[in-house]
Amino acid sequence: MISQSFEYSAPRTLAEALALLAGGDAKVLAGGMSLIPMMKLRLAAPGRLVDLSRVPGLTGIREQGGALHIGAMTTHYEVESSAVLRAKCPLLAETASAIGDVQVRNMGTIGGSAAHADPAADYPAALLAVEAKVTLARKGGERTLAFSDFLIDTFTTALEPGEILTGVIVPVEPAGAGVSYQKMLQPASGFAIVGVAARVHNGSVRIGVTGLSGKAFRAAAAEKIFAETRDVQKAAAAVPLGVEANSDIHASADYRRHVAAVYAARALNAALSRAS
Amino acid sequence: MATTITKPDTLVGKRIKRKEDPRLITGTATYVDDIQMPGMHHACILRSPHAAARIRSINTHAAAGHPGVVAVFTGADVAGVGPVPCGASLPGLRVPHHSILAKDRVYFVGHPVAVVVARDRYIATDALDLIEVDYDVLPAVADPEKALAPGAPAVHPEWPDNIAFTYHQEGGEPDKAFAEAEVVVKQRITSQRLIPTAMETRGVVAEHRAGQLTIWSSTQIPHLMRTLVAMMLGVPENLLRVVTPEVGGGFGSKLNVYAEEALMGFVAMKIGKPVKWIESRRENYLCTIHGRGHVDYYEIAARKDGTVLGLKLKLIQDLGAYHQLLTPAIPTLSVLMMPGLYRFRNVSADIIGAFTNCVPTDAYRGAGRPEATHGVERMMDLLAVELKADPAEIRLKNFIGADEFPYATATGLSYDSGDYAKPLKKALDIVDYHHLRQEQARAKAAGRLMGVGLSTYGEICAFGPSPATPAGGWESATVKVEPTGKVTVMTGASPHGQGEETTFAQIAADELGVTMDDVTVIHGDTAVVQYGIGTFGSRGTAVGGPALYFAIQELKKKIVKFGAMLLDSDDVSFSGGLCVCNKSGKTVPLAAIAGASYRAMKLPAGEQPGMMATYFWEPPNFAFPFGAHIAVTEIDRDTGQVAIKRYVAVDDCGKIINPLLVDGQVHGGVVQGIGQALYEQAVYDDNGQLLTGELTDYAIPKASMVPWIESSHTETPSPVNPLGVKGVGEAGTIGCSPAVVNSVVDALSHLGVRHIDMPLTPERIWKLISAGGRA
Repeated sequence: MISQSFEYSAPRTLAEALALLAGGDAKVLAGGMSLIPMMKLRLAAPGRLVDLSRVPGLTGIREQGGALHIGAMTTHYEVESSAVLRAKCPLLAETASAIGDVQVRNMGTIGGSAAHADPAADYPAALLAVEAKVTLARKGGERTLAFSDFLIDTFTTALEPGEILTGVIVPVEPAGAGVSYQKMLQPASGFAIVGVAARVHNGSVRIGVTGLSGKAFRAAAAEKIFAETRDVQKAAAAVPLGVEANSDIHASADYRRHVAAVYAARALNAALSRAS
Repeated sequence: MATTITKPDTLVGKRIKRKEDPRLITGTATYVDDIQMPGMHHACILRSPHAAARIRSINTHAAAGHPGVVAVFTGADVAGVGPVPCGASLPGLRVPHHSILAKDRVYFVGHPVAVVVARDRYIATDALDLIEVDYDVLPAVADPEKALAPGAPAVHPEWPDNIAFTYHQEGGEPDKAFAEAEVVVKQRITSQRLIPTAMETRGVVAEHRAGQLTIWSSTQIPHLMRTLVAMMLGVPENLLRVVTPEVGGGFGSKLNVYAEEALMGFVAMKIGKPVKWIESRRENYLCTIHGRGHVDYYEIAARKDGTVLGLKLKLIQDLGAYHQLLTPAIPTLSVLMMPGLYRFRNVSADIIGAFTNCVPTDAYRGAGRPEATHGVERMMDLLAVELKADPAEIRLKNFIGADEFPYATATGLSYDSGDYAKPLKKALDIVDYHHLRQEQARAKAAGRLMGVGLSTYGEICAFGPSPATPAGGWESATVKVEPTGKVTVMTGASPHGQGEETTFAQIAADELGVTMDDVTVIHGDTAVVQYGIGTFGSRGTAVGGPALYFAIQELKKKIVKFGAMLLDSDDVSFSGGLCVCNKSGKTVPLAAIAGASYRAMKLPAGEQPGMMATYFWEPPNFAFPFGAHIAVTEIDRDTGQVAIKRYVAVDDCGKIINPLLVDGQVHGGVVQGIGQALYEQAVYDDNGQLLTGELTDYAIPKASMVPWIESSHTETPSPVNPLGVKGVGEAGTIGCSPAVVNSVVDALSHLGVRHIDMPLTPERIWKLISAGGRA
């Protein structure tokens, strides 16, 4: 349970971090709740870790132009307990509170989770439901991508070599929106067997689903059914349709599909009860 | 001068906080991994990635040449070291040779193949990757029933049937009882493989200096380990010292002698430097013993009025690839306890011990009794369902009566004392059983799935009379009053979290009339403490306690003789820490008596100087605690998730020394029982790969996953020992799992569900609900 040897760098500026990353065979350390265990199991063996924890400007939450900018190094606990997020993007705060355990929430970061793209992570469901964007910095520039475009596959994102995810941008929720994140947790790891984030506003719904398949996704067909019928059960039943579901010792594909529908209904009902 | 003597309140029976806790919770305690020594080297072990394979060759050249590596050893190097011992003996038992490093074949994933010794742990870990092993991978079998099927891969080629032993025991006339029965109920019941998961993994430090070998190990049995490792290494036992520092949990998994203990001794002698090996969690899961692993086929015979007549059991024990210290003996405990608390006069049991390509099973909290209790308590519920009887009534009807003790069971035991209806009635009162059933009926009518589950367990503990144990079942104690009057207790039991530093101080303080702070309890160092057996099988207080009590009685005789001499009286008694002349009322305190005994200006006739006594106590019988647990559950119809709404435990462990510690034992035990009932399972795939090899996949219950445990007691003293204690270390685990499973089956019975095997995962229950109970 000891990783292979590696270099460790703690740059003081983003430019320095990008330069270190450009050196190749390097991984960004953004909390380390997934990367460090993978290294200890020798499933990952980067030559260098670039720890972002001392780079200024990567933490904190600020409101700007109707959106909330969350620094990549903002911990799950900070998201969970942020008064601004609780008021203006409560789905994200609620989802953060469901991640792992206290220790994980104190160390893990939103940027680290987003960039890792674990198919059972909690955040992606919510980030899809609130239509979040991510900012990606590279040497000499920055780009912004919709989170839905950023997420490509299991543990795979649109991050180019040498790029660093620096922040997450979520819109300020309009008055009257209702949200909920409902999760069946895997009892050993605390990851989601299935997690469903629902956000309703003015009769339209967005549903983000995690844990069910190789990557988190928007349940577009279910959203459409709800928009047309306002029928929670029908919409929820459509969430797992056509999805190639994960199967492991904790839950079979059939059970995951079933639970996805159940939790989708719960999330929808809870979101509807909070909407006005 | 007359002194008024008031008898102080006794400390025994009080809720007293543990003396050992401040050092444990402030991080100042020393565990094996805290030991640092000049020149210490570190060992890492290369383990087989295959469950079954021949080793064609091992090339350690690159690893041995890696900078910082001082030695690499393989099976060929340790040929002179004796095998890992099995202490259990059964007629016809097949015992595979268990070398401390694999020779030409590996038998389970994690089987040790080579050891790398290096300047630090990082270098040693890196060097493991440089060892090349050429394996010829063979078919494996990881399931005991599959192992017994014709054509299964042979775990050990010399025994192609994979049968390590068969064992038959019967009492009464079981065939006649079944022939005459009006009702017979049958059920296959499994008790799945569990991983003990002590918070501290195993660890060993060894040092060979000036002809003496010292081994520090996280073990439950330092003296037995010394004897056995001395034999393995060919080291004179009196030149081997074993020290057990703080032990972060064992639950039976450290009631063993492991390859690594001898291996580190071997390494230390070879390299002439101290060496440390600390087990990783993954190694702990792959290589430290597992528990349970039963497939049981039960049959119960009864009359229509619910009177039980007989019980039959065919027990298939998943042994794993080897016998560890007690592996084959564990299922025999299940057979001994299969009648539970009931008047079963006719029983029959057959055990088949099956080799599998898995890590060995052995004692895990309860060790054979949780399996037996789960079986008989499930069968009593199945019988109740069959007869449409109330599960409480059918138990009360068949309990051995309070006036029938000592009670000779059909399996050859003598139950010491009991009043089995008492804790059940108390538990029924606590939950308000009548109203609870009404509430359940209302819940059912409203479409909710609510269950009430009972478990009335009996257990065998205080191991035990020496003729009935593999290595002696007595325990030892030394009590010393130091020249200043302070008291030192040395117990041969090696407590590791159970709290005997506190309970033994309570006993000694009461008996000697001193304060708790005046007593220090020492254990776990073979160079300091007289030979002892260890702590396991709920024996620490139940056997070690009486040993201490008798040692103190011996010492008191000496105290009185010295007191009489000092008071110049022939009529003296000792009480409240003072010797009193019963004629003059003059007193002399214990400290003065002790001081005089060491100064030895004058000695009572025939007495030696000093103030110390040692007692080796041989228990005349086991002790048999019992109790009743009730679990109230509600099941999420949509997902199959089980919520334990209420958990009531009424345990009778005989006389209680410290209710706080007893509560702690019950709580911890129940949590582990809930773990088995709802969450835990060691899963091997068909190739013998452990799929639950990490805490991210093996679900032990966390604080948020367990209910409030309402713990209370009845107190029926044991006549086996003068303290009246019975033992409580395993009770919670033994009583728990059937209460939870009975409760869940009860909640689903109207859907046609008769039985569910553990763990009761949401998916398993959802499938039953979806199939209307017929999945």
